[in-house]
Amino acid sequence: MKRPLFLLLSLLLLSAAAGAEPPSMESRLAALDSAVRSAQSAGDNAWMLVSAALVLMMTGPGLALFYGGLVRKKNVLGTMMHSFILMAVVTVLWALVGYSLTFGEGSAVLGDLRYALLNGVGTAPNADYAPTIPQQTFMVYQLMFAIITPALISGAFAERMKFSAMLLFTGLWTLLVYFPMAHMVWGKGGLLSAFLGGKIPCLDFAGGTVVHITSGVSALVCALYLGKRKGYQSEPMKPHNLVLSVIGACLLWVGWFGFNAGSALAASGLASSAFVATHFAAAAATLGWLAAEWIRNGKPSVLGGVSGCVAGLVAITPASGFVKPMPALLIGLAAGVVCFLMVTAVKARFGYDDSLDAFGVHGAGGTLGAMLTGVFATSAVNDSLKNAAGQPLALGLIEGNGRQVANQVVGVVIAWLLAIVGTIVILKICDLVFGVRVDPEHEIEGLDLSMHGEEGYNFES
Amino acid sequence: MKKIEAIVQPFKLEEVKEALKGIGISGMTVTEVRGHGRQKGHKEVYRGQEYNVDLLPKVKLELVIPSGRLEEVLGTLSRAARTGKIGDGKIFVYEVAEAIRIRNDDRGEAAL
Repeated sequence: MKRPLFLLLSLLLLSAAAGAEPPSMESRLAALDSAVRSAQSAGDNAWMLVSAALVLMMTGPGLALFYGGLVRKKNVLGTMMHSFILMAVVTVLWALVGYSLTFGEGSAVLGDLRYALLNGVGTAPNADYAPTIPQQTFMVYQLMFAIITPALISGAFAERMKFSAMLLFTGLWTLLVYFPMAHMVWGKGGLLSAFLGGKIPCLDFAGGTVVHITSGVSALVCALYLGKRKGYQSEPMKPHNLVLSVIGACLLWVGWFGFNAGSALAASGLASSAFVATHFAAAAATLGWLAAEWIRNGKPSVLGGVSGCVAGLVAITPASGFVKPMPALLIGLAAGVVCFLMVTAVKARFGYDDSLDAFGVHGAGGTLGAMLTGVFATSAVNDSLKNAAGQPLALGLIEGNGRQVANQVVGVVIAWLLAIVGTIVILKICDLVFGVRVDPEHEIEGLDLSMHGEEGYNFES
Repeated sequence: MKKIEAIVQPFKLEEVKEALKGIGISGMTVTEVRGHGRQKGHKEVYRGQEYNVDLLPKVKLELVIPSGRLEEVLGTLSRAARTGKIGDGKIFVYEVAEAIRIRNDDRGEAAL
C-alpha cells in the first residue's frame, strides 16, 4: 500500500520541481462548478434570445399578417403599419424608461428610474428575475411583450383611426397602462407579484392579465369610443385576404412558444412544460371553435379555425407554466367555445364594432385563462413558490388552494379597471390633440391612401 | 362587321377558345367580370357575419368578326360554352362602325 503512495508523492514533488502546479481538489471543483454554470447560462441565454426573436416575430409579421388579411383591401397597409410601427415606437420607450418603470423596484404599482437609459443593464444577470442570463437578454425579451400588447388593441380601431392619434395613443397607453400592469404582476415588489413579494400574489406566467386582458378590454373601450365603421352591418366588409390571416395565425402559434415557454426564463423542464401546455391548448381550442361553428353555422370555416387557435393560445398564456398537459387541453377547449360565442353571439347581440375581435379573443380569452389558472395551477409543475420550511406551496384549486382563484379575480379586476380608465383618459387626450377618428372621406378612400399615400396591391403595373 | 360579347362560365373559357381557334377565329379580348342572370348566389360567413354573394365570377369574351361569319361563330361559341344548366351565360351582338389595325392602318374587314 505504501509503495504506490510513495510513487505518487514523488511524482507530485517532481512535477512541482519541474514548475507545473498540480491543481488541488478545491480548485478543480471550483473550475467544474464554473463550467457547469457557464454551460447552463449558455443554454439558457441561447434559448432566451431565440424566444425574444420568436415573440417579436409574433408582432411582425405574425399579427401584421393576421390582422392585415382580415380588413378590406384599401386598409391592408394601414393595418399592418399599426403592428409594424410599434416595433419601433415601443422599443424606444422601453429603452429610455420602460424597462426601468416595469422592472426597477419602486412602489407596488410602478418601478423607479434606476434602469433609465438602461443604466446598469449589461451582461451581468439580474438575480431577482433571471439569474442565469445576462440582464440585457431579460430586458430585450420583455421588450417584445411590450411591443405586441398595444399592437393587439389595433384590432378594435382598425380601418378608422388616425395614424397620428394612434401613435400618441399607443405611446401613452404603453406608459400609463402597460408599464404599471407589468410591474404589478412581474416587477419586484409589485402588488400582484407571485414570486417577488406581492401583497396579492396573482399567477400569470406569461401575461394573461398583463398582455391580453389589458389590451383586450382597452380594445372594447376603443371600439365604443370611436364608434362603428361607416356601413358596418349594412355594407359587406369581408376579409380581403384570408390567406394572409392563416399565415399570420401560424406564425403566432409558433411564436407563442417563445412567449410562453420563454417565460420560464431558462432552458429548463419548466420551459418544456410550458411549451407542451401552449401547444396542446392551441390544438384543443382550434377544435373547440370549429366544432361550435360547425354545429351553429353548418360549416367549419378556416377563419374559425385560426381564430380558435389564437383564443386557445391567449387563454393558456397565464397558465402555461403552472398546469399539466391535460388541463391545458381543457383550457384550450373552453377558450375555443367561449371566444366563439363572444365574437358571434355576444358581439351581434350588443352591436359594438370590435372590428378584428380583439376584445372577444384577447379580453375574454385572457379573463377565462386567468381564472382557470387559479383552478388548475399545481406545484407539481412549478414548485418555485415555497413556504418558510422550503416546501413547495399548493398553487391552485386542484391542489386544495381555493384562495388562489380569489387572488386571480383581484388581478383580473385590476387589469380591467386600469385598462378601462386608462384608455378612456388617453383617448380623450388624443382626441383633443389630433382627433382620433379619420374624416369620413378618408375612411371611404381607405387608410392606405389617406394616411400613407400608398396602395397595397398594384397588380396592374 | 359584328361585335360579339359573350359572357360565359370561367371553367368553359379554354373550351370556347379552342373551338373558336378551330374555325379560324383567334383575335379576342377576355375580361374577368362578375354578374348574374337567374343563377342564385351563395352565402359566406365570417365570424358569424353573413354575406349573400349574388354577383358571381364570369368571363366576358369580346370579338369582332366579318358579318358573313356571324351564324357560324355564334353556333360554335354557344355549343362550346353550354352545360345545359342555369348560369351558362349570354351572347350579345352589336353592329361595328369601323375597325382599324394600329400597326399599318388597315381598315374594315381587312383589319380583323
